Amino acid sequence: MPKAPTVRPLAIPAISTRLLLTAAGVTLLLLALAYLVAFDQGALSRSGMYMHELMHDGRHLLGVPCH
Amino acid sequence: MPLKLSFGRLLTAGLLAGLIAGLLAGGFAYLTGEPRIDAAIAIEEQNTLAHGAAGGGEELVSRETQKNIGLTLATTLYGIALGGFLATAYALLRRRLHTSSDTRAALGLATAALTGIVLIPWLKYPPNPPAVGDPATIRQRTISYLALLALGLVAIWAGVLAARTQTQEWRRATAGTLAFLIVVTIAYTLLPATNEVPDTFPADLLWQFRLASLGTQVVLFSALGLAFAGLLHRLATSKPATVDA
Ligand SMILES: [Zn+2]
Repeated sequence: MPKAPTVRPLAIPAISTRLLLTAAGVTLLLLALAYLVAFDQGALSRSGMYMHELMHDGRHLLGVPCH
Repeated sequence: MPLKLSFGRLLTAGLLAGLIAGLLAGGFAYLTGEPRIDAAIAIEEQNTLAHGAAGGGEELVSRETQKNIGLTLATTLYGIALGGFLATAYALLRRRLHTSSDTRAALGLATAALTGIVLIPWLKYPPNPPAVGDPATIRQRTISYLALLALGLVAIWAGVLAARTQTQEWRRATAGTLAFLIVVTIAYTLLPATNEVPDTFPADLLWQFRLASLGTQVVLFSALGLAFAGLLHRLATSKPATVDA
């Protein structure tokens, strides 16, 4: 039966070597994604400047240095 | 019964919040930024024609595609990356935030990120519309920008550490503000200035573009923090995954 939702305290995962390694791996992937959007001059995308040009307006409006 | 969050669940919430925030920021950027980018490009084209130089050359991506798909793609992917960073920071720093409220923890982290990686760099290196920057200095500008972004986060961190050395609230606020400002001042002094806007570029157009850019990032980070806090609340009020037997 539906009743008022009870708020349960959230238990954050304990810091362990495994968590740190996973977090580091995820951070690397996210850095690659941010680099592709904001800083790539065709080096990572391997499509020349296509991705750079495609997202050019976004780069300028997101405040990252560009041409 | 507390809900045990896995890193995977936190990360999913962060990436989803980033997706939402990126789409909203894309909409805002389209409405406020695109008219200014168009105006800046029009000025560049006029200048090129006036100087009799060869026009633009072959364009890799049409302006229409840049405006419609490219802009939203950029803000969305950027938002997803930021959402992932926020969730990772949350998982690693949650215990150190000294608050029992998950909403405050999420919004606190998002506000710190907005200050450190948006406001601090924006004030020293305000963004320019296309057709303004000098391509030859892109490397130097990128390094300075990234250094300032990192120093912005260091300034926040220094502020928090300094505040925690004090017990009285006004002393905490004063110590935190001072430490933050000292780091920012040092960073602003050490990093090189860039002045690449031609004197002929209209000042009001430049200002409007910079405001649109700031607004886009404020929308992005605000929506990110709020959506992440909302998703955490959803998790906290969700039914237990395992039925009590
Ligand atoms: Zn560019």
